[in-house]
Amino acid sequence: MKTEILMPSLSPTMEEGSLAKWYVSPGDKVKPGDIIADIETDKALMEYESIEEGTIIELVVKEGTENIKVNALIAVIETEGADEINIRKVDDIKIIEPVSIDSNEEILSEEDKIDSVNTTLEDSKKLNNETTQNQVVNELTVREAINSAIAEEMRLDEDVFLMGEEVGEYQGAYKVSQGLLEEFGSERVIDTPITEHGFTGLAVGAAFTGIRPIVEFMTFNFAMQALDQIINSAAKTNYMSGGQINCPIVFRGPNGAAARVAAQHSQDFASLYASIPGLKVIQPFSAEDAKGLLKSAIRENNPVIFLENEILYGKSFPVNIDSEQIIPIGKAKTISTGQDVTIISYGIGMMHTLEADKKLKELGISAEIVDLRTIRPIDFDTIIESVKKTNRCVTVEESFPVCSVGSYIGSQIMIRAFDYLDAPVLNCTGKDVPMPYAENLEKAALITPDEIVFSVKQVLYKD
Amino acid sequence: MKNSSASKKELLELYQKMLLIRRFEEKAGQLYGMGHIGGFCHLYIGQEAVVVGIDSIKENGDQNITSYRDHGHMLACGMDPKMVMAELTGRFTGYSKGKGGSMHMFSKSEGFYGGHGIVGAQVPIGAGIAFANKYKKNSCVCFTYFGEGAANQGQVYEAFNMASLWKLPVVFVIENNQYAMGTSMVRASSTEEMFARGQAFNIPGKAVNGMNVLDVAKEAAQAADHCRAGKGPFILEMKTYRYRGHSMSDPAKYRTREEVQKVREEKDPIDMLRSVLIEKHKISEKQFKATDAEIKAIVTEASDFALNSPEPDIEELWTDVYAG
Repeated sequence: MKTEILMPSLSPTMEEGSLAKWYVSPGDKVKPGDIIADIETDKALMEYESIEEGTIIELVVKEGTENIKVNALIAVIETEGADEINIRKVDDIKIIEPVSIDSNEEILSEEDKIDSVNTTLEDSKKLNNETTQNQVVNELTVREAINSAIAEEMRLDEDVFLMGEEVGEYQGAYKVSQGLLEEFGSERVIDTPITEHGFTGLAVGAAFTGIRPIVEFMTFNFAMQALDQIINSAAKTNYMSGGQINCPIVFRGPNGAAARVAAQHSQDFASLYASIPGLKVIQPFSAEDAKGLLKSAIRENNPVIFLENEILYGKSFPVNIDSEQIIPIGKAKTISTGQDVTIISYGIGMMHTLEADKKLKELGISAEIVDLRTIRPIDFDTIIESVKKTNRCVTVEESFPVCSVGSYIGSQIMIRAFDYLDAPVLNCTGKDVPMPYAENLEKAALITPDEIVFSVKQVLYKD
Repeated sequence: MKNSSASKKELLELYQKMLLIRRFEEKAGQLYGMGHIGGFCHLYIGQEAVVVGIDSIKENGDQNITSYRDHGHMLACGMDPKMVMAELTGRFTGYSKGKGGSMHMFSKSEGFYGGHGIVGAQVPIGAGIAFANKYKKNSCVCFTYFGEGAANQGQVYEAFNMASLWKLPVVFVIENNQYAMGTSMVRASSTEEMFARGQAFNIPGKAVNGMNVLDVAKEAAQAADHCRAGKGPFILEMKTYRYRGHSMSDPAKYRTREEVQKVREEKDPIDMLRSVLIEKHKISEKQFKATDAEIKAIVTEASDFALNSPEPDIEELWTDVYAG
């Protein structure tokens, strides 16, 4: 009986990966527990074990192939007594070649024949073309953008250092700090014990003396243990000392819901930190903003909360700033101009907003989309100017609805632009519940593009 | 000053500093009672030998950081009594322009990093200042003070672990005044040997008679040498006693008047040094009186300066939230 071996999902947010190495060849016998391949995700390189006993008869994906979707067919194994249902005929299987610049043309010709990896190959083609034509990679993932921002600033200023759990030898729990230990050494890329309250306080003390720590929280959920040091020590000391002792520090790491990690690991802390005077709060969406704003944050003389997102780490964006450029804190960005409604969002909310915008365009609704980027201080000039033009506003964020960023923006629009409003400001937020685990419940707890479309139609009084 | 064979001049300096702290704190208590100082106010009376002894062996660039019982630490490290008192009374001429108050004062130029209002929070911060010393490859030591009550906070042990792991130049000074607010140590702590609290982290520790400024100086010097030699942190448990309440609003029902009186009569750090000065250096009553008068003048000047200083301009509400 022939059984399919599929691309495994190795982390909560993994969508695709690379087949780094095959340990088996057609004809080899394997049993459960045998390592058959190395799978590389954007987070780690992991060994993949067989769960079947039998003989490998086909390796569908060649060693070195990148961007293989989770659940794509990677090999076929002949097993005893396996169920034949849902098994493709070997004749229909096309070998997937590793993508390389040289094989560009070949891939194009193969493209239409291989349904299951269509998107993957298109992406690869796009990347390859850019690489070959421009000889400059101007497309970065958010992860690469953050990594390069840290590296560039560490090269510029030897007072900048990175500390956190697994940032060094492990290369970062989410691979953000990959390569930094090798370049900067263990005096500047510091693996800490699991001790958030302690290392946060320690980093704050170091910052009081004028050196510039970048503190990575493995996720911002764990920063809850360190909240006293962030709020009572980092944020307030400049004020309490009459301006004598400032705290140039960046707290960064993934924030918000990842995927299926439930209540204690899924929440957006933007509004919590944004309510604290003395802190600056950034939540970028694009790679360019992540890079430019993180560089600003590292140069900032005040504590900055820099909220990243695990789902966005692997997303690619064009990056048109070089190592000399920064993006200023406190400036929103109007992503697209429109006439009918202003949609204000930030972070992963922007992803849903852009998806919703496609549907709005189909409905003939012209939305002006503002990416806040900085949550404290909020760029109200941009917001108010836009609302005065469109007269309607919907806010989109992943956090809880009570005392959300959107609710504050709504109240400020009411105060500053009341006479311009043709409808109440609506807030699209996550639901007012701890994040559930079950897939359907989690989906229901998060904001969706459809909800954004619904809210936009409401403020436009459309059915 | 590094040993007990200190000169007469050095001993007199120690005496003057301890007396300054005592008189300053008495004045602060008085001003509090008159409504000139608000909020919380934690007096250091009785514990003077600890900071004065440690300060006497500090080297240029060494830092210190403590909790909210901090007036003594500021005076010991050379901060201006006028500006400290001005801060206590919420005046613009205070160290924090009147925005910090009793518990939150700082002087970067004197290496004083506060003045922290959250019990135990200064401990990892102090380790972080020591971390910066190591990062910058200087030879400075950060003296990180906390009480035996704070020694039960979890973050203290997180700091111990990292300080030992990374061999940070930090002396953890546990000022054991026996009462965490109203709770005596035996009612709050499973072990009474505070100096041994670092054992699990390989941090050496020593108990010291914190009422004897010469003992304090001697042990602090050895602890600092340990740090400067790159051997990592050291713990000093200073056995001391506070005469006044935890704060000004302390009803003091948890100990007897007699207990306090007994310590004052038998162990007072200022009286102890006074005896040494009389016996070894033949300081006369007249000389002591002159010193008293000098100290009194400094404290009166500080008080007058504070009370005659303006409150911060209302615009100050909005400044210093962020550094430029």
